[in-house]
Parts: sequence; structure tokens; C-alpha cells
Amino acid sequence: MSAIAACRLMPVWNTEAFVQRALLLLGVLFLILGLLAPLSTMLLKSVQDHAGNFIGLANYAEYFTNPALFGSIINSLVIACWTTVIVVTCAFITAYALTRSGMAGKKGFRLISSLPLFAPSLLPALSMIYLFGNQGILKGWLPVDSIYGPVGIVMGLCFWIFPHALMILITAMSNSDARLYEAAKALKTPGWRVFLTITLPGVRYGLVNTIFVCFTLAITDFGVAKVIGGQYNVLATDIYKQVVGQQNFQMGAVVSVILLLPAILSFWIERRVQKRQTAQVSARAVAIQPESQPLQDNLLMLFCGGIAAFLLLVIGMAMYASLISFWPYNLTLSLDNYQFDMMDGGGWDSYFNSLRMAFWVAITGTAVIFLLAYLNEKVKALPLLRKTMQFLAMLPMAVPGMVLGLSYIFFFNSPDNPLNFMYGTLAILVLNTLVHFYTVCHLTASTSLKQIDGEFESVSASLKVPFYTTFRRVTLPLCLPAVLDISVYLFVNAMTTVSAVVFLYSADTTLASVAVINMDEAGDTAPAAAMAVLLMFTALGVKSFHWLISRELLARSQRWRHA
Amino acid sequence: MKLMAKARVLAAALGMGAALQAQAQTDLTVYTALEADQLKSYATAFEKNNPDVKIRWVRDSTGIITARLLAEKENPQADVVLGLAATSLLVLKDQGMLQGYKPAGVEKLSKKFVDADATPSWVGMDAWVASICYNTVEAEKLNLPKPASWQDLTRPEYKGHVIMPNPNSSGTGFLDVSSWLQSFGEEQGWAFMDKLHTNVDRYTHSGSKPCKLAAAGETAIGISFAYRGAKLVTKGAPIEVIFPSEGLGWDMEAAAIVKGTDKLQAAKTLMDWTVTRPANELYNESYAVVAMPGVAKPIKNYPTDIAERMIDNDFQWSAVNRSRILKEWQQRYDSKSEPKK
Repeated sequence: MSAIAACRLMPVWNTEAFVQRALLLLGVLFLILGLLAPLSTMLLKSVQDHAGNFIGLANYAEYFTNPALFGSIINSLVIACWTTVIVVTCAFITAYALTRSGMAGKKGFRLISSLPLFAPSLLPALSMIYLFGNQGILKGWLPVDSIYGPVGIVMGLCFWIFPHALMILITAMSNSDARLYEAAKALKTPGWRVFLTITLPGVRYGLVNTIFVCFTLAITDFGVAKVIGGQYNVLATDIYKQVVGQQNFQMGAVVSVILLLPAILSFWIERRVQKRQTAQVSARAVAIQPESQPLQDNLLMLFCGGIAAFLLLVIGMAMYASLISFWPYNLTLSLDNYQFDMMDGGGWDSYFNSLRMAFWVAITGTAVIFLLAYLNEKVKALPLLRKTMQFLAMLPMAVPGMVLGLSYIFFFNSPDNPLNFMYGTLAILVLNTLVHFYTVCHLTASTSLKQIDGEFESVSASLKVPFYTTFRRVTLPLCLPAVLDISVYLFVNAMTTVSAVVFLYSADTTLASVAVINMDEAGDTAPAAAMAVLLMFTALGVKSFHWLISRELLARSQRWRHA
Repeated sequence: MKLMAKARVLAAALGMGAALQAQAQTDLTVYTALEADQLKSYATAFEKNNPDVKIRWVRDSTGIITARLLAEKENPQADVVLGLAATSLLVLKDQGMLQGYKPAGVEKLSKKFVDADATPSWVGMDAWVASICYNTVEAEKLNLPKPASWQDLTRPEYKGHVIMPNPNSSGTGFLDVSSWLQSFGEEQGWAFMDKLHTNVDRYTHSGSKPCKLAAAGETAIGISFAYRGAKLVTKGAPIEVIFPSEGLGWDMEAAAIVKGTDKLQAAKTLMDWTVTRPANELYNESYAVVAMPGVAKPIKNYPTDIAERMIDNDFQWSAVNRSRILKEWQQRYDSKSEPKK
């Protein structure tokens, strides 16, 4: 009897193990097809001629003998360095004010400073035209002749990258040990010395991380430079010009490889830094209770107020300009600019396509990424495969959107590829966007899975509960906050992204963010601003909805946390 | 129960109806460089008389659509090209990419608007002409006199106040460059552009944009085309459309069938429509010179003698030299990536 039972149980266990292994294998296969294979095809294309013959580094030689092309490397570096310096400085002071000072209105400042996360990067660029363009309301304040160029690009990027930097620095500064400061106080250490010997070293990893995130975002961004760059070429706009403007795919691949280098380098350094980071906050650490110091608090408040004013000015200007009948000669308000059907870029259809795409990215992306993260964390078999998966999951962070988009053309448009049927459909846009934003979601999922004790799996196994039941009844409900975060992150980014999808849309799948580019190219600046504003409000609406839902759900499913 | 059955029948009927419609309708992929505000009315007019054919527009600037067609040569995606510069279609014809077809009623068109071959490879629709959009309000502020000729634009006072389209992406940009080279001669033409380049603030992606920027006061002078200028004047923009004294460069918008299409019948239907009188009347809403003689009526804010001002354009020369001209232009002017002070 017991032998029979054992016989019946063994296959069950085997099936389970088989399913786990098969899923793991499928997951790795998915990342290879969605990421590694397209990237490899692109590398290959950069050493081929138009007909597909291997020509070694001839394309690279052509690139470096053309000053119009390689000049963009310097331009991109200049832009990225300036943006990084400005953003990191401002974000550092703001983060300090929000975590370490007794300043009033912290919640309000945090809210305002997160707004740019919901706007496409095109929005600040369009706004700059109305603020500092030749008919801009603040034209006189501009210290240089023209906003169309490096100054405009840097200003637009600062707006857009600031919240990313701020988030990392706030996290870094929140984790500090108040006892160090108490000791310093007892020893009568002067303030500047406390800052240099305690504050700065305490956040050094967060700071290094912020610098690299800013640099990577700035050097790979396409939207801002496209709209406000004028004749100032950068690498990302060069790829677009080569591919869309001249259909010179090989040269596009060469520029892509060059753009990939700084991104990979900063990714690699960041990983190194991460590894060396050890726990700074011990179990006995005491959280800092900021004391109020009126002079310092007021100065910080002035600074944060300035930042908040800039952010609100940029958003407000885009909103206002989108409602003006005919800038700058007829300032009556109207909704004419929202008649997208009379403009380039696909009209209102493109907006609804964007909604559909964002919906599918959020649904499929959350399912796929969370499941794969789960397998990676909780399955103990096939360590080599899991290592590969971990690496592939981290890689998308280092791949600029333009590069990923171009890789997809090469890989999926090849007639020999059985996946060729996806080309020109909404599915390829969904896949591309999912992969593009994979890493952050994967990290969110992994972090939340790591918090769940492995004992659950051991107990379930010994109780002969299949792993998917444990997954459904224990793991998933426990990780619900992370799952919701991932889905809304994917939705918002899918709505606002432009860099990768600009190569992949077709006549039936035009997207709102691409329509912004097209309308701007045709000179319809105000309708472009209108669409960008619409995208921002849609993303904000979804985020608010998410906030309401998660509050409700958390109250129900996370009661154990407070028990 | 009864309700359920009814609903099911209804659903089946609906489904079948949709299936039938889908079967009967041909989706025609049409590459175009027409302006976005023209696409809707053209498609509506055509589909009204031909409900079994549906147009799927793929729109971009002339240079982009041309580059795309050339890149897809081995595996064409378009069925028909409509509203693309004749110089571009000539390039495609040289590459053997066009399917010859003689649309019913093509003999009613003016001869110079139709490919001279016995079975024409392309059929013209209308002509669009270069012009300057001049913002009177900004010009007064900046104390800029009104230019009367192309040569005037090279005068030092216009430095930084001229915007023109990039000929690599814009058909208007290319007709400007090719007409300057034809009317001034190659050497003089490039010398003129060298001087013009020092005055140009930036080169734009599309041919409409310089005029729209002039209309919005972002620049005082935009080199663009007459239709866009006239339309913006009607909209109330403080601009004046200037037709330079040396003569106006122009190009023809034309239509052709892409060789290898598996929807030849539907493509022919569309070609037949392009030569009809109603189609030409529709072109006339935007262009003063159309392929069918006697159709054109004067357009608001558009000069009536525009046909006499157009230069004697040699399309064959433009087409043969197209890629050489564009490469030369790019080497001379596109490489200067530093913003001008």
C-alpha cells in the first residue's frame, strides 16, 4: 500500500520539478530571444555592408573619418557631464533637506519633485521652447543666444532626470546612524567636518550610484535632444538620423555600439560598487530625528522652493501652451491643439494605441517578470541557468532604448526569422517595452521575494503541497505591494517611452509618444505639447488609481505586517 | 433561454457580416509625403466611390519615404506611392521598382504631368512651389527688410534669422537646392548656399516646419512652400508669402504602383481615381497648379500668376543627380554640428 502511494507520489514530485525546470528554461529562452539575440544581430550588422557581407571594421573606419559623426561623441559626453553635475548637486541638497532638516512642507516637495516621472522626456523640451525660445516668455533670462542647442538639452534633461536622482539619494540618506552624529556633537566637531567625515562617507555608495544613473540617462536620452537640440547632434539623434532619415542601418548599428559602450561601462562600475557595499546600518542603529535649525531650514526651504518652482513652471508652461489658439499672436484659450486627427503622427488613434500597449505591457510584464524572479529566487535546481537568468535580467538596464529598438528591427525583420510575423504588430512593441524596463521590475520583485522566508517552501514541500499552490496562496499575496508597483511602473513607462518604439511602430500601431515627435518634426509644436500633457495626465491618473487600489488591498492582505 | 438564443443568432449574424466585409475589402498600403491635413479628405473622397478598397497611409517626409522605399527594394511593403515628389519617383523608376500602368482617362491630363513612356510609370497630380514665409511682426522688431530674391537672403543682416528644410529629409528642401543649382549653375549654386548657410539658424526635418516656425515668430524667415504659407496666412499668422524674383523651384506630386504588389487590381483602381476631375479639384484646394487643365481655381492668399513664376525644372537632371547632390550638401552643411553663435 505504502509502496503504491510512494509510486504515485514520486511522479507528482517529478512533474513538479520538471515544471519548475521547464519554466526556468523557458524564462532564459525568453530573455535570450527578447534581448541577447537582437543585440547580437546588431553587433553583427555593424561589421557587415548593405548586402550583408562581412567587412570587418570598415563601417567603424568610415564613422571615425567623418567628423560630422564622431563629433557627436564629444557632444554627448559634454551634455551628460553637465547634466550629471547639475542634477546630482541639486538632488543632493534637496534629499538632504527632505531627510535631515526640520524644514516644513516636506511632503509637498516630495510630491512635486516626483511629477517629472510621469511626463515623457519630450515634455520639458517642448516647454523650453515656450519658456526660452525666440517667443518664450522668459527669453530675456536666457544667458545664451539660443535655447536650441546644448543649453536647452541640459535644461530639459535636468527636469526629467532630477526625480530619479532624488529617489536614490533619499534612500541613501535615510539609512544613517544617529549615534554617529551624537558622538560628533559630544566631541564638538564643527558642522563642515561632520558633513565631510560622517554624512558624505555614509552616502558614498548612493552618491556613486546616482552619478552613474544620471550619466546613463543623460547620454542615452533621445527625446529631449530631438526636440530642442537644433543643429547640435548627439549619439541618440544620430542613430535616428541614420536609420530613419537615411535608412543606413549599418551606420545606425555602429553608432549604437558606440552608445552602448558608456552605458555598459557605467553599468559595470555600478555593479562593482554594489558588491563592495556592506551593511552600514547595524541592528542597533538609531534613526535620525532631524532637529530644526531655523537658519539652515529656511535656506534649504528656499532652495527646495526654487526647484519646485522650476518643475511646476515647466509643467505649467506646457499645459498653458497647449491651450493657446495661436502662440504668440492669439492668446485666447481653446482646445484646437487637441484635434490630433488633423496632425501628423496618427491622431487620436495613436493615443488609444498607447493605452492598449501600456495595458498589455503592464499585464504580461508583471506576470512574466514576477514569475521569472520567483523561479530565480525560490528554485534551487539548475544553478548555472539561474545565474544566466540573473545576468540577463540585469542587462536591460545597460541597453539604451534606441539600441534595443534598432536591434529589434535587425532581429525580427529578417525574413529568415520564424518570429518575423511579430514585426509591425502591437506585440513587438509590448515585448520591446517589457524588455526595455525589465531590470527595475526584476529588482523590485526579487527584493520583495527575498523578504519571504524560505521556510514556507520547505514546509509546503514536506506537507506535499505543490509549489504553485504555495506560490498562489502564500508568495503572491505577500508580494502584492511589489506586484502592484511593478505593474504601474511598467504602465507609466510604456505610456511615456519614445526611444525604442520610434523604430518599431507601423501604420496601424502609431503611438502617442511617437506622435509627439512627428508633430514636432512637422512644426506643430503646440499640438505636440498637448499630446505630451495628455500622456502625463494619463500616467498620473493611473498612478492615483494605483494608490487608491493598493491602499485598499494592502489594508486587507497585509494585515499580518501590523499584527 | 429565448433571449440567449436570440443573442447568439445576432452575434453570429454580426460576426458573419464582419467576416464578409473583411473578405470583400482590400487594404491598400499607400506610402505618401502628403501633408497630414490632406490625408483624411483624399482617403474619404476615394473610399466613397470605392468602398471595397481601404487606404492605409504610411506618411513621412519625402526624403524618408524615398529612403524607405529604396531600402525595401528587395521586399517592398507598399502597394502604391501617392503624393511623392516626381524626382523621387524617377529614381525609383530607374531602379525598376515601378509597375507601368495607364490609368483610364490619363489623356485628359496635361502632357508634362505624365511620364512620357507609352505605358506611364507615374502620373502627376499637382505642383508645389518654393516660397519664403516672412514674419512681418518679428521682422519689424528686428529691423529686417523684406527680401525680394533668393540672393537677398545671403545679406549679413539676416544672419541667424533664416530657417530652411534639410534636403535629405524634406522634398521641399531638395527642390530648393536642385532649383538653385539649375538656375544659378552648379558652381554659383553651391557658392550661394555657402553664403546662405552662414545665415541659417538651423535645418528642419520637414518642409512645413520653417513656415510654421515663421508663423509662430520663432524665426523671421522660413524657406518653405506656397501652400503652407497661404494656409497659415488664412489662419491669421502675421506672415507674408514671398515669391523670390529669380523664379520658384517646384516639384510635382505624383502617384505610381509599386512593382510586385499582390493587390494590383486595387492599386489600379486608386491610380484611376488620381486622374479624375474630382480628384484634381481636391488637389486644387491646396495647390494652384494641378495636372488636369482647366480645373484650377484661384486659391485664397495665393498669387494667380504662379505658373509663370515657376522655373523650367529639369526633373530628369534632378533625379539622376539626386544622391550626388544630397551627399555633397550633407558634407558641406550637415557636419557643422556646433550651434552658431
